[in-house]
Amino acid sequence: MADSSIDVRYVANLARINLSEEEVERFGSQLTGVMEHIEKLSEVDIEGIEPMSHANTTSNKVRPDEPVESLPAEGFLQNAPDQANGQLRVPKVVDA
Amino acid sequence: MSLAAQSLSSLRRQLTAGEISSRDIIEDAVSQISARDGDIGAFISSESKTALTEADKADLSLPLGGLPIAIKDNINVQGSPCTCGSKFLSGAYTSPYDATVIKNLRAAGAIPFGRTNLDEFAMGSSTENSGIQLTQNPAAPGHIPGGSSGGSAAAVAGNFIPAALGSDTGGSIRQPASHCGVVGLKPSYGRVSRYGLVAFGSSLDQIGPLTHTVEDAALLLNAIAGADPRDSTSLDAEIPDYTEGLDQGVAGMKLGLPKEYFTHGIDSQVRERVESAAKALEAQGAELVEISLPHTEYAIATYYIIAPAEASSNLSRFDGVRYGNRTENPKDMLSLYTDSREAGFGSEVKRRIILGTYVLSSGYHDAYYLRALKVRTLIKQDFVQAFEKVDAILTPVAPDAAPKMGAASGDPLKHYLADIFTISANLAGNCGISVPLEPVDGLPVGLQILGPHLGEQTILRCARAVEVL
Repeated sequence: MADSSIDVRYVANLARINLSEEEVERFGSQLTGVMEHIEKLSEVDIEGIEPMSHANTTSNKVRPDEPVESLPAEGFLQNAPDQANGQLRVPKVVDA
Repeated sequence: MSLAAQSLSSLRRQLTAGEISSRDIIEDAVSQISARDGDIGAFISSESKTALTEADKADLSLPLGGLPIAIKDNINVQGSPCTCGSKFLSGAYTSPYDATVIKNLRAAGAIPFGRTNLDEFAMGSSTENSGIQLTQNPAAPGHIPGGSSGGSAAAVAGNFIPAALGSDTGGSIRQPASHCGVVGLKPSYGRVSRYGLVAFGSSLDQIGPLTHTVEDAALLLNAIAGADPRDSTSLDAEIPDYTEGLDQGVAGMKLGLPKEYFTHGIDSQVRERVESAAKALEAQGAELVEISLPHTEYAIATYYIIAPAEASSNLSRFDGVRYGNRTENPKDMLSLYTDSREAGFGSEVKRRIILGTYVLSSGYHDAYYLRALKVRTLIKQDFVQAFEKVDAILTPVAPDAAPKMGAASGDPLKHYLADIFTISANLAGNCGISVPLEPVDGLPVGLQILGPHLGEQTILRCARAVEVL
Protein backbone atom coordinates (compact mmCIF):
# COMPACT_ATOMS: atom_id res chain seq x y z
CA MET A 1 0.00 0.00 0.00
CA ALA A 2 1.14 3.53 -0.73
CA ASP A 3 2.24 5.81 2.09
CA SER A 4 -1.05 7.24 3.35
CA SER A 5 0.30 10.10 5.42
CA ILE A 6 -0.34 13.68 4.36
CA ASP A 7 2.11 16.52 4.96
CA VAL A 8 -0.60 18.55 6.64
CA ARG A 9 1.42 21.70 7.13
CA TYR A 10 2.48 21.82 3.47
CA VAL A 11 -1.08 21.23 2.23
CA ALA A 12 -2.53 23.75 4.71
CA ASN A 13 -0.20 26.33 3.22
CA LEU A 14 -1.48 25.50 -0.28
CA ALA A 15 -5.03 25.94 1.07
CA ARG A 16 -4.08 29.21 2.80
CA ILE A 17 -5.12 28.04 6.26
CA ASN A 18 -3.04 28.63 9.34
CA LEU A 19 -3.12 25.63 11.69
CA SER A 20 -2.00 25.19 15.29
CA GLU A 21 0.53 22.47 16.17
CA GLU A 22 -2.29 20.54 17.80
CA GLU A 23 -4.40 20.70 14.62
CA VAL A 24 -1.50 19.58 12.44
CA GLU A 25 -1.03 16.52 14.69
CA ARG A 26 -4.73 15.70 14.98
CA PHE A 27 -5.63 16.19 11.31
CA GLY A 28 -2.53 14.25 10.30
CA SER A 29 -3.56 11.17 12.23
CA GLN A 30 -7.26 11.43 11.31
CA LEU A 31 -6.57 11.95 7.61
CA THR A 32 -4.12 9.05 7.55
CA GLY A 33 -7.05 6.83 8.52
CA VAL A 34 -9.22 8.36 5.81
CA MET A 35 -6.47 7.98 3.19
CA GLU A 36 -5.98 4.32 4.14
CA HIS A 37 -9.66 3.80 3.32
CA ILE A 38 -9.34 5.80 0.11
CA GLU A 39 -6.47 3.57 -1.06
CA LYS A 40 -9.18 0.98 -1.68
CA LEU A 41 -9.81 2.66 -5.02
CA SER A 42 -6.48 1.34 -6.32
CA GLU A 43 -8.14 -2.09 -6.58
CA VAL A 44 -10.63 -0.94 -9.20
CA ASP A 45 -9.94 -1.63 -12.85
CA ILE A 46 -10.48 1.75 -14.52
CA GLU A 47 -8.85 0.90 -17.83
CA GLY A 48 -10.78 2.63 -20.62
CA ILE A 49 -13.33 4.24 -18.25
CA GLU A 50 -14.18 7.90 -18.90
CA PRO A 51 -14.05 10.24 -15.90
CA MET A 52 -17.39 11.65 -14.74
CA SER A 53 -17.16 15.17 -13.38
CA HIS A 54 -20.89 15.80 -13.51
CA ALA A 55 -24.14 13.87 -13.30
CA ASN A 56 -25.63 15.58 -16.35
CA THR A 57 -24.16 15.48 -19.83
CA THR A 58 -25.07 19.06 -20.73
CA SER A 59 -22.10 21.39 -21.10
CA ASN A 60 -21.23 24.88 -22.25
CA LYS A 61 -24.73 26.26 -21.99
CA VAL A 62 -24.66 29.86 -23.08
CA ARG A 63 -27.23 32.60 -22.95
CA PRO A 64 -27.80 35.22 -25.64
CA ASP A 65 -25.04 37.83 -25.53
CA GLU A 66 -27.28 40.62 -24.33
CA PRO A 67 -26.71 42.84 -21.30
CA VAL A 68 -28.90 41.99 -18.33
CA GLU A 69 -29.22 43.78 -15.05
CA SER A 70 -26.78 42.69 -12.35
CA LEU A 71 -27.24 42.92 -8.62
CA PRO A 72 -26.19 46.33 -7.30
CA ALA A 73 -22.69 46.56 -5.84
CA GLU A 74 -23.99 48.06 -2.58
CA GLY A 75 -25.59 44.74 -1.66
CA PHE A 76 -22.23 43.01 -1.79
CA LEU A 77 -20.23 45.81 -0.22
CA GLN A 78 -22.49 45.82 2.84
CA ASN A 79 -20.94 42.42 3.67
CA ALA A 80 -17.34 43.46 3.01
CA PRO A 81 -15.02 43.42 6.04
CA ASP A 82 -13.42 46.62 4.75
CA GLN A 83 -14.26 48.89 1.84
CA ALA A 84 -13.55 52.30 0.41
CA ASN A 85 -14.76 54.18 -2.69
CA GLY A 86 -17.11 51.38 -3.69
CA GLN A 87 -14.32 48.79 -3.64
CA LEU A 88 -12.98 46.11 -1.31
CA ARG A 89 -9.99 47.29 0.71
CA VAL A 90 -7.08 45.02 1.68
CA PRO A 91 -3.65 45.57 3.23
CA LYS A 92 -0.97 46.94 0.96
CA VAL A 93 0.12 44.23 -1.51
CA VAL A 94 3.01 45.92 -3.37
CA ASP A 95 5.29 48.75 -2.38
CA ALA A 96 5.04 51.82 -4.54
CA MET B 1 -53.04 19.94 17.02
CA SER B 2 -51.21 23.24 16.81
CA LEU B 3 -51.15 24.85 13.37
CA ALA B 4 -47.37 24.68 13.08
CA ALA B 5 -47.57 20.91 13.56
CA GLN B 6 -49.87 20.30 10.60
CA SER B 7 -49.13 19.35 7.04
CA LEU B 8 -49.03 21.90 4.23
CA SER B 9 -51.95 20.25 2.47
CA SER B 10 -54.13 20.34 5.60
CA LEU B 11 -53.27 23.98 6.33
CA ARG B 12 -53.95 24.87 2.72
CA ARG B 13 -57.49 23.48 2.98
CA GLN B 14 -58.15 25.51 6.13
CA LEU B 15 -56.65 28.65 4.60
CA THR B 16 -58.73 28.49 1.44
CA ALA B 17 -61.86 27.72 3.49
CA GLY B 18 -61.20 30.90 5.45
CA GLU B 19 -60.99 29.04 8.79
CA ILE B 20 -57.49 30.30 9.54
CA SER B 21 -55.13 32.98 8.26
CA SER B 22 -51.52 32.83 7.22
CA ARG B 23 -50.74 35.10 10.17
CA ASP B 24 -52.31 32.52 12.52
CA ILE B 25 -49.88 29.85 11.30
CA ILE B 26 -46.79 32.04 11.59
CA GLU B 27 -47.80 33.39 15.00
CA ASP B 28 -48.26 29.82 16.19
CA ALA B 29 -44.83 28.87 14.78
CA VAL B 30 -43.30 31.84 16.60
CA SER B 31 -44.89 30.86 19.89
CA GLN B 32 -43.89 27.18 19.50
CA ILE B 33 -40.31 28.21 18.76
CA SER B 34 -40.09 30.62 21.69
CA ALA B 35 -41.65 28.08 24.06
CA ARG B 36 -39.72 24.96 23.05
CA ASP B 37 -36.85 25.53 20.64
CA GLY B 38 -34.54 26.61 23.44
CA ASP B 39 -34.32 22.88 24.27
CA ILE B 40 -34.08 21.63 20.66
CA GLY B 41 -31.98 24.24 18.85
CA ALA B 42 -33.47 23.70 15.39
CA PHE B 43 -33.49 27.40 14.51
CA ILE B 44 -30.53 29.74 14.23
CA SER B 45 -32.90 32.65 13.77
CA SER B 46 -36.65 33.10 13.61
CA GLU B 47 -37.15 36.76 12.89
CA SER B 48 -40.87 37.06 12.10
CA LYS B 49 -41.54 40.71 11.23
CA THR B 50 -41.01 40.31 7.48
CA ALA B 51 -42.86 36.99 7.40
CA LEU B 52 -45.88 38.44 9.21
CA THR B 53 -46.01 41.38 6.80
CA GLU B 54 -45.90 38.93 3.92
CA ALA B 55 -48.59 36.80 5.59
CA ASP B 56 -51.01 39.72 5.62
CA LYS B 57 -50.54 40.10 1.87
CA ALA B 58 -50.57 36.38 1.04
CA ASP B 59 -52.31 35.31 -2.16
CA LEU B 60 -54.22 32.22 -1.06
CA SER B 61 -55.06 31.30 -4.64
CA LEU B 62 -51.45 30.24 -5.23
CA PRO B 63 -50.39 26.58 -4.64
CA LEU B 64 -48.49 27.39 -1.41
CA GLY B 65 -50.28 30.65 -0.65
CA GLY B 66 -49.59 31.87 2.90
CA LEU B 67 -47.67 28.78 4.00
CA PRO B 68 -44.42 29.33 5.98
CA ILE B 69 -41.37 27.28 5.00
CA ALA B 70 -38.20 27.16 7.13
CA ILE B 71 -34.95 27.54 5.22
CA LYS B 72 -31.64 25.80 5.90
CA ASP B 73 -29.12 28.47 6.75
CA ASN B 74 -26.96 27.89 3.67
CA ILE B 75 -29.61 29.20 1.23
CA ASN B 76 -29.71 32.93 0.52
CA VAL B 77 -32.88 34.80 1.45
CA GLN B 78 -32.67 38.49 0.59
CA GLY B 79 -32.30 40.71 3.64
CA SER B 80 -31.80 37.75 5.98
CA PRO B 81 -28.50 36.82 7.68
CA CYS B 82 -27.00 33.58 6.34
CA THR B 83 -24.41 31.86 8.54
CA CYS B 84 -23.91 28.44 6.93
CA GLY B 85 -23.46 27.35 10.55
CA SER B 86 -20.04 29.00 10.44
CA LYS B 87 -18.27 31.56 12.58
CA PHE B 88 -16.86 32.86 9.30
CA LEU B 89 -20.23 34.38 8.40
CA SER B 90 -21.98 34.63 11.74
CA GLY B 91 -22.86 38.24 12.47
CA ALA B 92 -21.14 39.37 9.29
CA TYR B 93 -23.27 38.43 6.30
CA THR B 94 -26.74 39.45 5.12
CA SER B 95 -27.91 37.98 1.82
CA PRO B 96 -28.18 40.64 -0.90
CA TYR B 97 -30.36 38.40 -3.10
CA ASP B 98 -32.84 35.52 -3.10
CA ALA B 99 -31.73 32.05 -4.14
CA THR B 100 -33.76 30.78 -7.10
CA VAL B 101 -35.60 28.29 -4.85
CA ILE B 102 -36.66 31.21 -2.65
CA LYS B 103 -37.88 33.17 -5.68
CA ASN B 104 -39.78 30.07 -6.77
CA LEU B 105 -41.29 29.56 -3.32
CA ARG B 106 -42.41 33.18 -3.23
CA ALA B 107 -43.89 32.84 -6.73
CA ALA B 108 -45.93 29.90 -5.40
CA GLY B 109 -47.13 32.08 -2.52
CA ALA B 110 -45.01 30.53 0.23
CA ILE B 111 -43.34 32.59 2.97
CA PRO B 112 -39.74 31.85 3.97
CA PHE B 113 -39.68 31.90 7.76
CA GLY B 114 -36.86 30.92 10.11
CA ARG B 115 -33.31 29.76 9.40
CA THR B 116 -32.37 26.25 10.45
CA ASN B 117 -29.16 24.89 11.92
CA LEU B 118 -26.69 22.74 9.97
CA ASP B 119 -23.26 21.24 10.08
CA GLU B 120 -20.87 24.03 9.10
CA PHE B 121 -21.11 24.55 5.33
CA ALA B 122 -23.23 21.35 5.26
CA MET B 123 -20.19 19.19 6.09
CA GLY B 124 -21.30 16.47 8.43
CA SER B 125 -24.09 14.09 9.27
CA SER B 126 -24.97 14.98 12.85
CA THR B 127 -25.30 18.81 12.93
CA GLU B 128 -22.68 18.63 15.71
CA ASN B 129 -20.26 20.42 13.36
CA SER B 130 -22.32 23.61 13.51
CA GLY B 131 -20.23 26.53 14.70
CA ILE B 132 -23.38 28.15 16.09
CA GLN B 133 -25.23 25.64 18.27
CA LEU B 134 -26.17 22.00 18.83
CA THR B 135 -29.51 20.57 17.73
CA GLN B 136 -31.30 17.83 19.64
CA ASN B 137 -33.37 15.12 17.97
CA PRO B 138 -36.96 16.07 18.91
CA ALA B 139 -38.00 12.40 18.82
CA ALA B 140 -35.14 11.40 21.14
CA PRO B 141 -33.40 14.19 23.07
CA GLY B 142 -29.75 13.33 23.72
CA HIS B 143 -29.51 11.82 20.25
CA ILE B 144 -28.31 13.59 17.13
CA PRO B 145 -30.93 14.80 14.63
CA GLY B 146 -28.69 13.68 11.77
CA GLY B 147 -27.27 16.11 9.30
CA SER B 148 -26.29 18.18 7.70
CA SER B 149 -29.91 19.45 7.40
CA GLY B 150 -30.46 18.52 11.06
CA GLY B 151 -32.08 21.85 11.92
CA SER B 152 -34.59 21.52 9.08
CA ALA B 153 -35.46 17.94 10.08
CA ALA B 154 -35.77 18.89 13.76
CA ALA B 155 -37.87 21.95 12.90
CA VAL B 156 -40.44 19.77 11.13
CA ALA B 157 -40.22 16.77 13.49
CA GLY B 158 -40.45 19.09 16.50
CA ASN B 159 -43.69 20.57 15.12
CA PHE B 160 -42.25 24.07 14.91
CA ILE B 161 -42.98 24.56 11.21
CA PRO B 162 -45.03 22.67 8.60
CA ALA B 163 -42.10 22.15 6.21
CA ALA B 164 -38.51 23.13 5.50
CA LEU B 165 -35.93 23.20 2.74
CA GLY B 166 -32.60 21.41 3.15
CA SER B 167 -29.68 20.56 0.91
CA ASP B 168 -28.26 17.12 0.16
CA THR B 169 -24.66 16.55 -0.98
CA GLY B 170 -24.24 13.00 0.32
CA GLY B 171 -27.44 12.30 2.24
CA SER B 172 -27.93 15.56 4.11
CA ILE B 173 -31.70 15.65 3.55
CA ARG B 174 -32.52 11.93 3.64
CA GLN B 175 -30.44 10.93 6.70
CA PRO B 176 -31.74 13.62 9.11
CA ALA B 177 -35.27 12.93 7.81
CA SER B 178 -34.74 9.28 8.71
CA HIS B 179 -33.29 10.05 12.14
CA CYS B 180 -36.05 12.53 13.04
CA GLY B 181 -39.01 10.66 11.51
CA VAL B 182 -40.03 13.00 8.69
CA VAL B 183 -40.10 12.78 4.90
CA GLY B 184 -36.99 14.04 3.07
CA LEU B 185 -36.55 14.21 -0.70
CA LYS B 186 -33.32 14.70 -2.64
CA PRO B 187 -34.27 15.60 -6.20
CA SER B 188 -32.27 14.40 -9.20
CA TYR B 189 -29.20 16.46 -10.01
CA GLY B 190 -30.33 19.42 -12.13
CA ARG B 191 -34.02 19.17 -11.17
CA VAL B 192 -33.72 22.14 -8.80
CA SER B 193 -31.56 25.22 -9.30
CA ARG B 194 -28.54 25.55 -7.00
CA TYR B 195 -28.24 29.30 -7.54
CA GLY B 196 -28.07 30.92 -4.11
CA LEU B 197 -27.22 27.70 -2.28
CA VAL B 198 -23.78 28.23 -0.75
CA ALA B 199 -21.78 25.66 -2.72
CA PHE B 200 -20.18 22.65 -1.01
CA GLY B 201 -19.81 20.00 -3.73
CA SER B 202 -21.18 21.57 -6.87
CA SER B 203 -21.52 18.34 -8.84
CA LEU B 204 -23.39 16.70 -5.92
CA ASP B 205 -25.49 19.40 -4.20
CA GLN B 206 -29.28 19.53 -4.55
CA ILE B 207 -31.91 21.44 -2.58
CA GLY B 208 -35.00 19.54 -1.48
CA PRO B 209 -37.93 19.47 0.95
CA LEU B 210 -38.31 18.03 4.47
CA THR B 211 -41.98 17.58 5.31
CA HIS B 212 -44.53 15.73 7.44
CA THR B 213 -46.04 13.93 4.45
CA VAL B 214 -45.15 12.63 1.00
CA GLU B 215 -47.86 14.83 -0.53
CA ASP B 216 -46.20 17.90 1.03
CA ALA B 217 -42.84 16.88 -0.45
CA ALA B 218 -44.54 16.71 -3.87
CA LEU B 219 -46.18 20.11 -3.33
CA LEU B 220 -42.83 21.69 -2.51
CA LEU B 221 -41.04 19.99 -5.39
CA ASN B 222 -43.70 21.38 -7.74
CA ALA B 223 -42.73 24.84 -6.57
CA ILE B 224 -38.93 24.60 -6.57
CA ALA B 225 -38.22 22.42 -9.63
CA GLY B 226 -37.21 23.85 -12.97
CA ALA B 227 -34.56 25.27 -15.24
CA ASP B 228 -32.72 28.42 -14.21
CA PRO B 229 -30.51 30.53 -16.46
CA ARG B 230 -28.35 31.24 -13.39
CA ASP B 231 -27.51 27.55 -12.90
CA SER B 232 -26.16 26.02 -16.09
CA THR B 233 -26.52 22.52 -14.59
CA SER B 234 -30.26 22.93 -14.03
CA LEU B 235 -32.33 20.94 -16.49
CA ASP B 236 -34.94 22.20 -18.89
CA ALA B 237 -37.04 19.06 -18.45
CA GLU B 238 -40.81 18.94 -18.17
CA ILE B 239 -42.12 19.48 -14.64
CA PRO B 240 -45.04 17.15 -14.00
CA ASP B 241 -47.54 17.83 -11.22
CA TYR B 242 -45.82 15.68 -8.60
CA THR B 243 -48.97 15.47 -6.49
CA GLU B 244 -50.79 13.62 -9.27
CA GLY B 245 -50.94 9.84 -9.12
CA LEU B 246 -49.51 9.63 -5.61
CA ASP B 247 -52.20 7.17 -4.58
CA GLN B 248 -51.87 4.85 -7.56
CA GLY B 249 -50.03 2.32 -5.42
CA VAL B 250 -47.17 -0.01 -6.27
CA ALA B 251 -49.01 -2.85 -8.02
CA GLY B 252 -46.88 -3.92 -10.97
CA MET B 253 -43.85 -1.94 -9.84
CA LYS B 254 -40.50 -3.71 -9.79
CA LEU B 255 -38.58 -2.83 -6.64
CA GLY B 256 -34.90 -3.70 -6.35
CA LEU B 257 -33.12 -4.79 -3.19
CA PRO B 258 -29.35 -4.33 -3.70
CA LYS B 259 -27.56 -7.25 -2.08
CA GLU B 260 -24.54 -5.08 -1.28
CA TYR B 261 -26.67 -2.78 0.90
CA PHE B 262 -27.71 -5.47 3.33
CA THR B 263 -24.24 -6.53 4.42
CA HIS B 264 -22.52 -3.38 5.64
CA GLY B 265 -22.73 -3.79 9.39
CA ILE B 266 -26.35 -2.72 9.37
CA ASP B 267 -28.26 -2.79 12.66
CA SER B 268 -30.44 -5.91 12.72
CA GLN B 269 -33.61 -4.06 13.73
CA VAL B 270 -33.10 -1.38 11.07
CA ARG B 271 -32.64 -4.14 8.53
CA GLU B 272 -35.78 -5.89 9.76
CA ARG B 273 -37.83 -2.68 9.37
CA VAL B 274 -36.64 -2.18 5.81
CA GLU B 275 -37.26 -5.81 4.87
CA SER B 276 -40.76 -5.82 6.32
CA ALA B 277 -41.61 -2.61 4.45
CA ALA B 278 -40.43 -4.32 1.26
CA LYS B 279 -42.60 -7.37 2.03
CA ALA B 280 -45.61 -5.14 2.70
CA LEU B 281 -45.14 -3.49 -0.70
CA GLU B 282 -44.87 -6.95 -2.25
CA ALA B 283 -48.20 -7.83 -0.64
CA GLN B 284 -49.67 -4.82 -2.45
CA GLY B 285 -48.58 -6.15 -5.80
CA ALA B 286 -45.01 -4.94 -6.22
CA GLU B 287 -42.43 -7.41 -7.42
CA LEU B 288 -39.25 -7.59 -5.32
CA VAL B 289 -36.08 -8.19 -7.31
CA GLU B 290 -32.62 -8.82 -5.89
CA ILE B 291 -30.17 -6.58 -7.73
CA SER B 292 -26.46 -5.89 -7.56
CA LEU B 293 -24.68 -2.54 -7.36
CA PRO B 294 -21.18 -4.04 -7.47
CA HIS B 295 -19.17 -0.84 -6.93
CA THR B 296 -20.96 0.08 -3.70
CA GLU B 297 -17.89 -0.74 -1.60
CA TYR B 298 -15.97 2.04 -3.41
CA ALA B 299 -18.62 4.73 -2.97
CA ILE B 300 -17.30 6.18 0.31
CA ALA B 301 -13.72 6.44 -0.97
CA THR B 302 -14.93 8.01 -4.23
CA TYR B 303 -17.16 10.49 -2.45
CA TYR B 304 -14.52 11.50 0.11
CA ILE B 305 -12.19 12.43 -2.73
CA ILE B 306 -14.67 14.26 -4.95
CA ALA B 307 -16.68 16.13 -2.30
CA PRO B 308 -13.65 17.53 -0.42
CA ALA B 309 -11.94 18.38 -3.72
CA GLU B 310 -14.94 20.44 -4.81
CA ALA B 311 -15.28 21.91 -1.31
CA SER B 312 -11.64 23.00 -1.20
CA SER B 313 -12.21 24.91 -4.42
CA ASN B 314 -15.62 26.32 -3.47
CA LEU B 315 -14.52 27.46 -0.02
CA SER B 316 -11.53 29.38 -1.36
CA ARG B 317 -13.96 32.30 -1.69
CA PHE B 318 -14.01 32.59 2.09
CA ASP B 319 -10.79 34.57 2.29
CA GLY B 320 -11.60 37.50 4.58
CA VAL B 321 -11.69 39.90 1.65
CA ARG B 322 -15.12 39.68 0.08
CA TYR B 323 -17.44 38.88 2.96
CA GLY B 324 -17.56 37.44 6.43
CA ASN B 325 -15.21 37.97 9.33
CA ARG B 326 -11.64 39.18 8.75
CA THR B 327 -8.82 38.62 11.21
CA GLU B 328 -7.92 41.75 13.12
CA ASN B 329 -4.79 43.68 12.13
CA PRO B 330 -3.35 41.29 9.52
CA LYS B 331 0.32 42.01 8.96
CA ASP B 332 0.11 41.38 5.23
CA MET B 333 -2.13 39.97 2.53
CA LEU B 334 -1.08 36.36 3.13
CA SER B 335 -1.78 36.46 6.86
CA LEU B 336 -5.13 38.09 6.12
CA TYR B 337 -6.06 34.89 4.26
CA THR B 338 -4.45 32.32 6.52
CA ASP B 339 -5.51 33.87 9.83
CA SER B 340 -9.07 34.67 8.73
CA ARG B 341 -9.50 31.09 7.55
CA GLU B 342 -7.93 29.67 10.72
CA ALA B 343 -10.33 31.63 12.93
CA GLY B 344 -13.42 31.29 10.73
CA PHE B 345 -13.52 27.57 9.92
CA GLY B 346 -14.23 24.73 12.33
CA SER B 347 -12.32 21.44 12.46
CA GLU B 348 -14.40 19.42 10.00
CA VAL B 349 -14.28 22.14 7.37
CA LYS B 350 -10.52 22.51 7.78
CA ARG B 351 -10.07 18.74 7.54
CA ARG B 352 -12.06 18.53 4.32
CA ILE B 353 -10.27 21.49 2.77
CA ILE B 354 -6.92 19.86 3.59
CA LEU B 355 -8.08 16.53 2.18
CA GLY B 356 -9.51 18.15 -0.94
CA THR B 357 -6.45 20.30 -1.54
CA TYR B 358 -4.23 17.25 -1.12
CA VAL B 359 -6.07 15.06 -3.67
CA LEU B 360 -5.98 17.91 -6.18
CA SER B 361 -2.36 18.83 -5.57
CA SER B 362 0.43 18.34 -8.06
CA GLY B 363 1.55 14.71 -8.16
CA TYR B 364 -1.63 13.34 -6.57
CA HIS B 365 -4.35 14.66 -8.90
CA ASP B 366 -4.33 11.68 -11.26
CA ALA B 367 -3.82 9.05 -8.55
CA TYR B 368 -6.74 10.26 -6.45
CA TYR B 369 -9.06 12.78 -8.08
CA LEU B 370 -9.01 11.50 -11.66
CA ARG B 371 -9.25 7.90 -10.47
CA ALA B 372 -12.26 8.80 -8.31
CA LEU B 373 -14.00 10.43 -11.29
CA LYS B 374 -13.57 7.17 -13.23
CA VAL B 375 -14.90 5.03 -10.39
CA ARG B 376 -17.81 7.49 -10.23
CA THR B 377 -18.62 6.51 -13.81
CA LEU B 378 -18.70 2.85 -12.75
CA ILE B 379 -21.00 3.67 -9.82
CA LYS B 380 -23.36 5.50 -12.15
CA GLN B 381 -23.28 2.58 -14.60
CA ASP B 382 -24.30 0.24 -11.77
CA PHE B 383 -27.46 2.33 -11.31
CA VAL B 384 -28.16 2.66 -15.03
CA GLN B 385 -28.02 -1.12 -15.35
CA ALA B 386 -30.13 -1.63 -12.22
CA PHE B 387 -32.84 0.74 -13.43
CA GLU B 388 -33.11 -1.28 -16.63
CA LYS B 389 -34.45 -4.07 -14.42
CA VAL B 390 -36.37 -2.20 -11.70
CA ASP B 391 -38.47 0.96 -11.27
CA ALA B 392 -37.06 1.91 -7.88
CA ILE B 393 -34.60 0.61 -5.29
CA LEU B 394 -35.35 0.05 -1.59
CA THR B 395 -32.57 0.46 0.97
CA PRO B 396 -31.93 1.58 4.52
CA VAL B 397 -31.05 5.28 4.89
CA ALA B 398 -28.39 4.80 7.54
CA PRO B 399 -26.90 1.67 9.14
CA ASP B 400 -28.27 2.63 12.57
CA ALA B 401 -31.00 4.74 14.13
CA ALA B 402 -29.86 8.13 15.47
CA PRO B 403 -26.73 7.67 17.63
CA LYS B 404 -26.25 9.52 20.91
CA MET B 405 -24.65 12.93 20.66
CA GLY B 406 -20.86 12.81 20.68
CA ALA B 407 -20.78 9.09 19.81
CA ALA B 408 -18.41 9.47 16.85
CA SER B 409 -16.56 12.62 17.85
CA GLY B 410 -12.86 12.56 17.10
CA ASP B 411 -13.26 9.81 14.52
CA PRO B 412 -14.25 11.37 11.19
CA LEU B 413 -13.86 8.10 9.26
CA LYS B 414 -16.54 6.49 11.46
CA HIS B 415 -18.93 9.32 10.49
CA TYR B 416 -18.00 9.02 6.81
CA LEU B 417 -18.61 5.25 6.71
CA ALA B 418 -22.19 5.74 7.93
CA ASP B 419 -22.96 7.62 4.69
CA ILE B 420 -22.72 4.39 2.68
CA PHE B 421 -26.39 4.10 1.68
CA THR B 422 -27.00 7.72 0.67
CA ILE B 423 -23.89 8.99 -1.13
CA SER B 424 -24.20 6.88 -4.28
CA ALA B 425 -27.35 8.73 -5.34
CA ASN B 426 -25.39 12.00 -5.28
CA LEU B 427 -22.48 10.51 -7.19
CA ALA B 428 -24.84 9.12 -9.84
CA GLY B 429 -27.20 12.13 -9.83
CA ASN B 430 -30.28 10.03 -9.03
CA CYS B 431 -33.22 11.04 -6.85
CA GLY B 432 -33.98 9.54 -3.44
CA ILE B 433 -36.48 9.90 -0.64
CA SER B 434 -36.59 8.87 3.01
CA VAL B 435 -39.99 7.96 4.39
CA PRO B 436 -40.59 7.01 8.06
CA LEU B 437 -41.07 3.38 9.14
CA GLU B 438 -41.99 2.06 12.57
CA PRO B 439 -39.40 3.32 15.11
CA VAL B 440 -36.77 1.04 16.66
CA ASP B 441 -36.75 1.33 20.46
CA GLY B 442 -38.40 4.75 20.17
CA LEU B 443 -35.90 6.01 17.58
CA PRO B 444 -37.24 6.92 14.12
CA VAL B 445 -36.04 4.90 11.13
CA GLY B 446 -36.58 5.69 7.47
CA LEU B 447 -36.82 3.65 4.29
CA GLN B 448 -34.82 5.03 1.39
CA ILE B 449 -36.39 4.74 -2.05
CA LEU B 450 -33.97 5.52 -4.87
CA GLY B 451 -35.18 6.33 -8.35
CA PRO B 452 -33.54 6.88 -11.71
CA HIS B 453 -32.60 10.35 -12.91
CA LEU B 454 -35.82 12.42 -13.05
CA GLY B 455 -37.73 9.49 -11.55
CA GLU B 456 -39.27 11.59 -8.76
CA GLN B 457 -42.86 10.61 -9.64
CA THR B 458 -42.07 6.93 -9.15
CA ILE B 459 -40.35 7.30 -5.78
CA LEU B 460 -43.03 9.68 -4.49
CA ARG B 461 -45.74 7.18 -5.43
CA CYS B 462 -43.82 4.37 -3.77
CA ALA B 463 -43.17 6.51 -0.67
CA ARG B 464 -46.87 7.31 -0.44
CA ALA B 465 -47.62 3.57 -0.46
CA VAL B 466 -45.19 3.12 2.46
CA GLU B 467 -46.71 6.07 4.32
CA VAL B 468 -50.17 4.50 4.34
CA LEU B 469 -48.99 0.99 5.29
